[in-house]
Amino acid sequence: MPTFVSHPEEVIVLKKRWGQGAADIEKYLELDGYKAVQEAIAQGPEWIVSVMKASGLRGRGGAGFPTGMKWSFVPKVSEKPKYVLVNGDESEPGTCKDHVIFLEDPHSVIEGTMIAGLAIGSKLGFIYLRGEYRYLLKIVEKAVADAYAKGFLGKNIFGKEGVDFDIITQTGAGAYEVGEESALMESLEGKRGVPRIKPPFPAIVGLYGGPTVINNAETIASVPHILMMGGEAYAKLGTERNGGTRLFGISGHVERPGVYELPMGYSLRKAIYEVAGGIKGGKKLKAVVPGGSSCPVLTADEIDVGLDFDQMGKAGTMLGSGGIVVLDETVSIVEFALRVISFYQHESCGWCIPCREGTDWIKKTLGRVYAGGGTKKDVDNVQYLAENMMGRTFCPLGDAAAMPTLGFVKKFRKEFEDYIDGHKAGTPIMTEQQLVGAGH
Amino acid sequence: MSAIANSIFSPEAAARFDKLATIYPVKRSALVPMLLYAQDEIGYVSEAAIQEIAKRLDLFDLDVRNVLSYYSMLRTKPAGKYNVQVCTNISCMLRGGYEILDHCKAKLGIGHKQVTADGQFSLEEVECIGACCWAPAMQVNYDFHDDLTTIKVDAILQDYAEGRGKDVK
Repeated sequence: MPTFVSHPEEVIVLKKRWGQGAADIEKYLELDGYKAVQEAIAQGPEWIVSVMKASGLRGRGGAGFPTGMKWSFVPKVSEKPKYVLVNGDESEPGTCKDHVIFLEDPHSVIEGTMIAGLAIGSKLGFIYLRGEYRYLLKIVEKAVADAYAKGFLGKNIFGKEGVDFDIITQTGAGAYEVGEESALMESLEGKRGVPRIKPPFPAIVGLYGGPTVINNAETIASVPHILMMGGEAYAKLGTERNGGTRLFGISGHVERPGVYELPMGYSLRKAIYEVAGGIKGGKKLKAVVPGGSSCPVLTADEIDVGLDFDQMGKAGTMLGSGGIVVLDETVSIVEFALRVISFYQHESCGWCIPCREGTDWIKKTLGRVYAGGGTKKDVDNVQYLAENMMGRTFCPLGDAAAMPTLGFVKKFRKEFEDYIDGHKAGTPIMTEQQLVGAGH
Repeated sequence: MSAIANSIFSPEAAARFDKLATIYPVKRSALVPMLLYAQDEIGYVSEAAIQEIAKRLDLFDLDVRNVLSYYSMLRTKPAGKYNVQVCTNISCMLRGGYEILDHCKAKLGIGHKQVTADGQFSLEEVECIGACCWAPAMQVNYDFHDDLTTIKVDAILQDYAEGRGKDVK
């Protein structure tokens, strides 16, 4: 079970109900639950979308697309049914925020799903959790059943004639790729999770061919809070074009790892040194992977940057899923880079050749370097392979593997070269077999 | 009365499968959940399970196998009664995930994807399980264990060996 953490620097919106037993519907109602959705029913779709646009909320899965705008792309009239799909297939290494949302505040996800449904004119929503989260699925299933029993879901919800909304919950069965929106729709249709070409975008042709809004679980959980506090008030908590707060999971070599809620634009340095208590054991900082393992690494000198989508972009990396992984001075970047690419090689679905072959050859090449048989040309080859994967695949998994790899070999080139010189005849920290895993 | 005569599953599972086949706009959507629940009951997805699920969803056996082979949590061979899954991805690696894995290997005397002779335990090195802020972490079947140390792992394995472990289904 997750350990709870808090810090005076936090700005609490999403965490408002955590630690209070709000998975219980009575407690959720006591804490102003299901008020936002009733207001949404009273005010109508245009009001909902306008509040969401004013809030400056951007997708918390990693891409950072403005949520209000995404909802406004769904056609008003559609021959096919429209759907809301909540992406709780949290799989980006370093990310565990949705885990705590489902555990502590599952009704906020349900309520957000209903509001998204009202905004786009959908009557059916899906909440899809990753397969490993079975105990969380049970919590969400119970919350959904309780909402049905209260008349909040089903036909004529909240006693409003003609307002219907249903929710189906399920899990995946272990596939990082399914966190990508089009692969997620394939999985939900009972198929292999391979991505679809875009366009058409899901807002036009999505699940079962109908217009579909797909949002990250944290994005959806933010929605009821935003309707309650008002779009402008939420926007003001963050920075320009980056409204509100978000959950940052700080992990790795820090004194107090945990999921913290910080305003958008908060200093990365302060997040590490104040909020998470600094580097574990008083060691020196070496590097930070700022938003899940697909984000290019920042060196210890590059952490004076604000945690929002635009500032992180300017710093040459990404805000991603908010999973901040902190590396102290003892970490071998060669070993770390190999571990990261091994993950993407394992998870590449094999559909697009640049990703399938690229991840495999980078893993093999870095594996040779790691095992002590590398040459400096290998580092060039890794960079060449990664550069040629970028932008050449259906879905962003190819980029997600290439970007961190490029970050490692460009920013830590000297460490790779020193490693190659020093380990020609030496022993690596672990054997390649140990690190990469046999057939793993 | 189940939708399938002579179901290989328990009456409870068969009833669940009957329902699953009706709740989605398209029947086939029930495939991944059905495979998971079939595995929970039998311990793996057997040939008979593939055939029954295909029949239930009006699919070819091949369609089912094609999906089955994609998802890493689904298996076609039995695992141990308790499947120990140790995460070694970055957040866990930085806090000793590999030491935990090595400890489990030594303690159980088995390697990645192997099963102990008595069938009690199997071991897997897995990718990120979403417990990064409580690393290192592992799952035994569906149950999470966080903030691990080798001492804690010993106690956890002991609990399962003596039938005291939780078993989330």
